[in-house]
Amino acid sequence: MDNQQKLVQSFVQALGVEEGQVTDQLTYNTIKEWDSTAHMILISEIENTFDVMLDTDDIIDMSTVAKAKEILANYDISF
Amino acid sequence: MTDYALTHYEVLFADYASQPVFGFCQQDKSQRLRAILEELHRYHLSHCPAYHALFANMPVSFDDEDQLPFLAVRLFKLMDLLSVPKDAVFRELRSSGTTGQTPARISLDRQTSARQSRALVSIMQSFIGKQRLPMLIIDSPDVLKKPHLSARGAGIQGMAFFGREHTYALNSDMSLNVDAVRDFANKNRGKPVLLFGFTFMVWLNFVKALEHTGDSLDFSQGVLIHSGGWKKLSDQQVNNDTFKKRLTSVTGITRIHNFYGMAEQVGSVFVECEHGHLHAPSLADVIVRCPYSLVPLPFGKTGLIQVISAIPTSYPGFSILTEDMGTLLGEDDCACGRKGRYFSIAGRLPKTEMRGCSDTAGQS
Repeated sequence: MDNQQKLVQSFVQALGVEEGQVTDQLTYNTIKEWDSTAHMILISEIENTFDVMLDTDDIIDMSTVAKAKEILANYDISF
Repeated sequence: MTDYALTHYEVLFADYASQPVFGFCQQDKSQRLRAILEELHRYHLSHCPAYHALFANMPVSFDDEDQLPFLAVRLFKLMDLLSVPKDAVFRELRSSGTTGQTPARISLDRQTSARQSRALVSIMQSFIGKQRLPMLIIDSPDVLKKPHLSARGAGIQGMAFFGREHTYALNSDMSLNVDAVRDFANKNRGKPVLLFGFTFMVWLNFVKALEHTGDSLDFSQGVLIHSGGWKKLSDQQVNNDTFKKRLTSVTGITRIHNFYGMAEQVGSVFVECEHGHLHAPSLADVIVRCPYSLVPLPFGKTGLIQVISAIPTSYPGFSILTEDMGTLLGEDDCACGRKGRYFSIAGRLPKTEMRGCSDTAGQS
């Protein structure tokens, strides 16, 4: 699995959504599956998948799938 | 949103919010904040009929933040106060009204909610740091399971952002989950951890429970954040000093920060510093008013607390007269180095109409 697929799978696992829903534009709090409780699950899923430790700024900024990629890029994970 | 009022607000807000959260001296802060609050006042005048009905005769610009109109906090229990279309509301927050009382309902849209989360993060980073620490939540996991998110549940969710490996310290019946707490303590021995809970539960279900079982834990590298008011504790003659001492003796924890904040202004929190003072962050402020005349009081005088927040746009709650009594202690000169005003809370006004205030004044 490449990083793109890994990230999509993290969203699918954490939010319980279909793969097809995980586009770059998918935005926090716009679907009922991605609320603040799910966000914490998503964060820990991403941390485990990519073996990173995200700080509080990261998790506040991670409001779209595209943003998640930008933030992971700061941890040398490229897409 | 395309309204001029809100667009301009957003520009001012974004710029101001990107600055250090305790970096402005009061004079600069008041000026910056006043410009944002004027935008909010105009926005709510044109978007919230109830707000308009109350304040249509007020000016739209002000020389000082203490001239801004304010809403009595109980209005949120009596009315649906909304400044966005109903379909923009994605979450309704309910305050924990006591039995027989209607809970306050606070309508949040995504923008307001996002601003709240960001503000909370920038304020708390000043006390906890940026790293997310293993977190012990001194509550029962059931608190998040109710159909409507309570203020308590929302508080826990908001604070959960600062932690990882969240562990709940209490069982469903609010008894101490001794095994969970011991496991957490053993796993994180000597490491920085974050503890969070509501003041009364930290006292009754954690400190007293640990004293009762004779357990003592090693959280000497930890930081504990707590909130929720002192009323029940002062009924038991427990003040902040006693609370801290007893907490330190059963957990070894020394970094203990209380914070004052309201469900009506989530994100604007006033956190107790290392010197025991509650500090107003850049995006919020506090004014103390005489309970009879409502004129602003100088440092050292106890009165009713008015809280100001630059955050809310979905409901007109940027300036609220609370039912809490408090005292401004100073500004810009706290030994902790944080700029702006700092204050203390003296307790809650008794549950009476405003005309009953003479009863309280006699006691202070």
